Order: sequence, then C-alpha cells, then structure tokens
Amino acid sequence: MGPLIQCHGIVKIHRSGGLDGANRGFKAVDDVSFSIEKKGNFGIVGESGCGKTTLARAMLYLDPPTSGGVVFDGVDLGSLKPRQLRAFRRRMQIVFQDPHSSLDPRMTIYDSLSEGLINIGMDRADRTKKIGRLLDLVGISGALSSRFPHEFSTGQRQRIVIARALTMDPEFLVLDEPVSNLDVSIQAQVINLLLDIKEELGLTYLFISHDINLVAYMCDIVAVMYKGKIVEQAPTEELFANPRNEYTRTLLASVPGRSGQIDVSSAATLSSADREKTAPAVQGLSKGHVVSDITSRTGDKPDLTEGTR
Amino acid sequence: MSFIQYAAKRLLRLILTLFIISTIIFFVIRVIPGDPALIIGGVDASPSDIQAIRTKLGTDRPLSAQYAEFLWSVLHLDFGHSMISGEPVRSLILQRFPLTLTLAVLGLLIGILIAIPVGVLSAVKRWSGWDYLGLVFSQLGMAIPSFWLGILLLLLLAIKFPVFPLFGADSFISLVLPALSLGVARAAIILRHTRASMIEELSKEYVIAARAKGLPESVIRYKHALKNALLPIITIAGIEFGYMLGGAIIIEQVFSLPGLGRLFLYAIYQRDFPLIQGGVVFIAIVFSLVNFVADILYSIVNPKIRLE
Repeated sequence: MGPLIQCHGIVKIHRSGGLDGANRGFKAVDDVSFSIEKKGNFGIVGESGCGKTTLARAMLYLDPPTSGGVVFDGVDLGSLKPRQLRAFRRRMQIVFQDPHSSLDPRMTIYDSLSEGLINIGMDRADRTKKIGRLLDLVGISGALSSRFPHEFSTGQRQRIVIARALTMDPEFLVLDEPVSNLDVSIQAQVINLLLDIKEELGLTYLFISHDINLVAYMCDIVAVMYKGKIVEQAPTEELFANPRNEYTRTLLASVPGRSGQIDVSSAATLSSADREKTAPAVQGLSKGHVVSDITSRTGDKPDLTEGTR
Repeated sequence: MSFIQYAAKRLLRLILTLFIISTIIFFVIRVIPGDPALIIGGVDASPSDIQAIRTKLGTDRPLSAQYAEFLWSVLHLDFGHSMISGEPVRSLILQRFPLTLTLAVLGLLIGILIAIPVGVLSAVKRWSGWDYLGLVFSQLGMAIPSFWLGILLLLLLAIKFPVFPLFGADSFISLVLPALSLGVARAAIILRHTRASMIEELSKEYVIAARAKGLPESVIRYKHALKNALLPIITIAGIEFGYMLGGAIIIEQVFSLPGLGRLFLYAIYQRDFPLIQGGVVFIAIVFSLVNFVADILYSIVNPKIRLE
C-alpha cells in the first residue's frame, strides 16, 4: 500500500507583528517531512509546545503552512482553490484535545453532527439514520441527540466529537491529544474505541500525544518531535529498543515504568562512531528508522505535563 | 432550576435592589444642604412663613415618619406631589419619559448598529487596517465626552450645514443628533466587547471543526462564532442602556430637549425632594427592568443557564 498522505518540508511561522510592523516570527514547525501509509497508524510524540498541534492544523490546511506542502492521495492540497479545498476537507477530519470547546455550545448534538451532512446535501432521513448509527458506534444513545453539549460528561463529549468527525466519512483522522483531558479509566475506553473504529472503517490515523506509552500502544510508527522538528522516526518497537537521538532517550527515560525497559546496554552497544555528536547514528539503522542530526540537545528535561494549553 | 424559578429569583433581586436604592436616595437628599422651604419662600420670607411652608410640605415631621410615608408611596408607584409645582410627580415623569426613552433606544440602536458589524469585522480581520480603524474609532468614542460630541455635531450639522434643527423635539429628525452623540460612546464600548468576544469564539475548536467539515467561512463566522459571541453582548447592551438614561440628562441639556433629564436637573436645583426621589426611583426601576429583561433574554438564548 502506498502512502495516503505525504508532508514535505512543512514550516509554520506564527507571526506576532506589533504596531511597529516588525516581523517577530516564531517558527512553531520547522521543516517537517513524513508520510503515512494507507491504513497506517502514525504517532507523533513530544512535549507541550513542541509544535504538534500546529503541525496537525497546518497539514490539514486548517491553518495553512507557511511553506512546504501536503500531498493527500496524490492531490497537492496547496494547489487547490479554496472551494476545491473545502470540498476536499471531508476526507480528512480532526479530533481535538478539549471536548468542551470543540462542540458549539448552542447547538444540539444532532445539529452539530448533521451540519456537515446538510452541507453536502444529504436529506433529513438519511442524516438521521447516519447520525444514529455513528452515535451507536461511539456508544452514545441516539435518544440523547437532541441534548446540548453541556449535558454530557467529558468522556461522552469526546465520543460525540469522534462521531462528528466520522459523519464526513473521512479516510484520514487526526487525533490531537484525544484523551489527555479524560480520566485515566475513560482514556482506555476511548483509545480502544478509536482502535475498533479504525479497524472497522479502515481509517488512517495520525495520533498526537505527549504520552509516550499511549503512542506506543496505539501506533505502528512513531515520530518524536522536539522544538518544531522531527528528531527521530521509527517503527514503534525499533524506536523503543534502539533510540538513537539524545532527546528520544531523555524522553523515554523520563517516563515512569519505561526507564527500566530502556536498556542501558543498547546505549552501550552503540559504536563509538554513533556516539559522536557530529556524525549522527546513520549507520546500522534498520529500515524506516530516521534520525535527525539534532543530537546535542541533552540537558533539557522533557516536560511531560501537558495541560490544556 | 426551571425557567420560572430563575425568573422569580431575578424578580426578587430586582425588588430588593429597588428598596435599597429608595432608602439611599431618601436619606442622601436630606443629608445634603438645602431646604426646599427656603427656596419656595424666597429671601424675603419670614421665619414663620418658612415654618408654615415646612408644615405644608411635611418636612418638619420626624425623618422616620417621612421615610415610612415615602416607602408606602413607592410601593404604590405614587411618588407624591412636586413641592414646587404641586403637580403629581408620577404624571410629571410620565409626560417626559417617552422622549428620554426614545432617545435612549435610538442611542442604543445606533450603538449596536455601529458596534456589531465593525466589531465582527475587526475580529475577523484582526490586526488589519480595518481592525486598527475600528480600534481607533472605539478609542476616540470612549475618550470623547458625549456632550462635547453633541456640541460639535450641532456646530457642523445644525449651524454650518443646517441639515438638522438646533434644538427642540418637534419631530423625529430633531432626535437624530442627540441620539448619535449618545450612541457613539456606546458603540465604542460595545465594539470592544464584540471584538474580544468574537476573537475568543473564533479561536475555539468547534470553529476549527466547522472549518474541517468544509463549511463555508460565512456560515462558520455568523452561524457559529457570532451567535456565541453575542451572548455576553446582551448583558453589556442592557447595562449600557441604563447608562444612556443617565447620559441623556446632559445631552438633553445640550440639545434643549424637554426630557426626564432636564426635569430632574431642575428638581435638584430647587431641592424638590419628592421629584428627586421619584425620579431616581423611577430611573432605577427602568434600569433594573432593562437588566432583568437582558438576563431573561440571555437565559433564553443560552441553553446552559436555563437548565443548570
């Protein structure tokens, strides 16, 4: 299977221009390239503020990248006219971190879910049927669809947000910290729900989290993001068994219960050439394992306490 | 909490507010210097004349008795008779009220009609030339006193280019300039709130989700963001309306309009206690009612409040 989505050199600069017209840009995403196979489950892990969310929004052209491009199923998103892009959007959807702000508080669940369907011209009977089916899929009773978002718990809301993303029959779903606002017990339910849905509907996922255990559980391929760049990318087992980047190692070591698994010997087995900062560990990498040359960022402790921003 | 309970609770609070305001105004006007009997009697009146006037007005009785009588009359929405003209305070107020109300409504309307479109444009095109223009307007609108703006408008549009009448309230057109001078300051404030509220809503994830669904930008802005952004504006507009009743006092003076403001101003000059009391309580009633209506409206459009 070929790649569904390919990102080439995505850069996103947040402008913070003042009255003086000075251009104090902040490079939130810095030259990021990766591709995701069809039906793949790609993870991005990194501390808060590393640019994960910005990257997600930029690659979906919700907040278009400053430079670089995205090819989705052979279509260059940057080349689409606004109207074409709008029509294209239904193929890729996003689930946000905070289910409190991601549902319009003045719309009933039914209205929130049917809005996109009305937009593509589906009639009422079909809409109702489809919404009932999707709510059922995420474990929310269809009888509750006339209620407002504030009448649901956080976990239920996140399920509703997932159902909403699915109304458009997307092929690709970006999950931006979908469970970090949920209680741990609910987290597992939602994660498993997401995995079931992926299986059932044959979706492609981009899963973003600061929780490396969660990413390891969910994803086949993991990219580690640090200060706007992807510093290392590898199949999940490979990354955990053989982390090459200094930051990745710090990240893995800082997770409780994970540090034991990081084999000191694996670090020891690195050849002396590997350890030279100037010559990154390109030798001996297995297929699909990519390490950037930013290896000298030790000392920064990764901040894993991701809040609600 | 049901809607009825909510409304009842708000109504109770309204009554309590009115009671407190009545009490404060009753004692405040009696504490400040000035005796209506002296003003009515004039400089030539003898002490016995003054005493006779006091007895007639009832101001020689103990404060507690006067206070009890006043509260009783407020309960009946009957504010007694003017000490100066002898006319019932209620009919004096009701004669003048329509003009002031029209002025305030027009002012608020002008304020909202300027503030909401400009505020939304400012928020949508944040940090653009339009936004700065809106912000500068809002800054000026807040900084310029409305009576000064009124005078400028008169100079320009009634004297230099006599499009509008200089004074009087003979026709609707004569209310345009006073309403405009009142409305600009309100617009400035409501604009700020609209802009801030809209920017906040536009940054929320449901807006991004709507964009991801492929909805047109106009639907995202107006159906989603604006509807939610307008919620706090309802409350602001209610408060601003109250200010406008007070602001009308000065504007009526500038434009020589026979409204409530001028009535009360003269009542204060002449220490016409019943008219001052009645006027303040009346304005308080109107202010509270407007805010009551704004709260009820807010709860109707906001499903969260009603049902919680």
